Amino acid sequence: MTPASLYALVGVGLIVLGLYALSVHAHLLRKLLAFNVTGSGVFLVLVGLARRTPAAAADPVPQAMVLTGIVVAVAATALAVVLMLRVQATCGRAALNDDLGTLEPLQPPPTPPAGGPAASAGSAEGAPPALTGTTAHAP
Amino acid sequence: MPDTRSTSVPGTVRARALPAGPGPTARLILLLLLAAVLVGLATAVLSLPPVAPGLGAVVTEHLPASGVEHPVTAVLLNFRGYDTLLELAVLWLALLAVWSLTPAPLAHEPTANPMLAALNQLLAPLMILVAGYLLWNGGHAPGGAFQAGAVLGATGVLLHLSGRRLPRAVDGWPLRLALLLGVALFSLIGLAVMAGGAPFLTYPPASAGGLILAIEAAATLSIAATLAALFLGGRP
Repeated sequence: MTPASLYALVGVGLIVLGLYALSVHAHLLRKLLAFNVTGSGVFLVLVGLARRTPAAAADPVPQAMVLTGIVVAVAATALAVVLMLRVQATCGRAALNDDLGTLEPLQPPPTPPAGGPAASAGSAEGAPPALTGTTAHAP
Repeated sequence: MPDTRSTSVPGTVRARALPAGPGPTARLILLLLLAAVLVGLATAVLSLPPVAPGLGAVVTEHLPASGVEHPVTAVLLNFRGYDTLLELAVLWLALLAVWSLTPAPLAHEPTANPMLAALNQLLAPLMILVAGYLLWNGGHAPGGAFQAGAVLGATGVLLHLSGRRLPRAVDGWPLRLALLLGVALFSLIGLAVMAGGAPFLTYPPASAGGLILAIEAAATLSIAATLAALFLGGRP
């Protein structure tokens, strides 16, 4: 186990952690954060493996690729945040409707009756209180 | 029981509860799948040869002709100039999409904190100086347009948070020009070298250093303006 492969293995761990959170959490901000963790893991694998050179300096090509990738990831994250805010403003929550497949209309606000299909699919216990509290004030 | 914690804000759609996460069985299947991914990726990493020459030798061999002394900058701005040019274009496209989705700046006026404003009066000139240093440093040491642009963009964000706004005079086309300058100058220089018979983005070695510095300076300005504008999240 060289230091280079240790860095790359930590990157692999970050990739899997991010994939887990991406699949488990419903809130889009959490999904976005998880996706960024996965991306950071990919970057760490690339720069870790770039250090396997016999010379003193690391391979500059993967470093340049990662530098490019970081800036693109920042731009894509900003775009995703704005898209998330639009979903929140349109649907009333920053989550995708897996059960319905379509966006519900704005008015009237949906009030699912107890025992209905929506009530059985979603429950309040699954909602993280901090995220629902903050994003409710988003414009 | 409905989610009473997420109260509705007047003027917006009422907040709704999030859908529940996967059940225990689905979670177990997911964990097993991800364990397989983890083992597969780890095996792939560990099966790689512990010493690989990579492309470092090739870069070092062509470094004298690149116009800069730092290998990463040489790869970014010269050998793989396409990537950097397209990356600047991606940055610009992301901002176009953000502006299309949010026509007005988001109305979260920060409370004017006098401490923050005073701190920024000290920090902002220092950060601009650091950005300039990073830009100049990119030719021979770690640094360059992206690092300088990130520092400069953060300066813009800090100034915005302390209540400073762009004056109306530079709100329109001067801002657009700053956003576009990096891609425009990069493409122009890339096309101009074709007049001498060289392929696109292949600088003549004699003037490569100056051309790269000019491209990096323009890219720094554009990256900083784009990052700050992405943070603000609306067309000014």
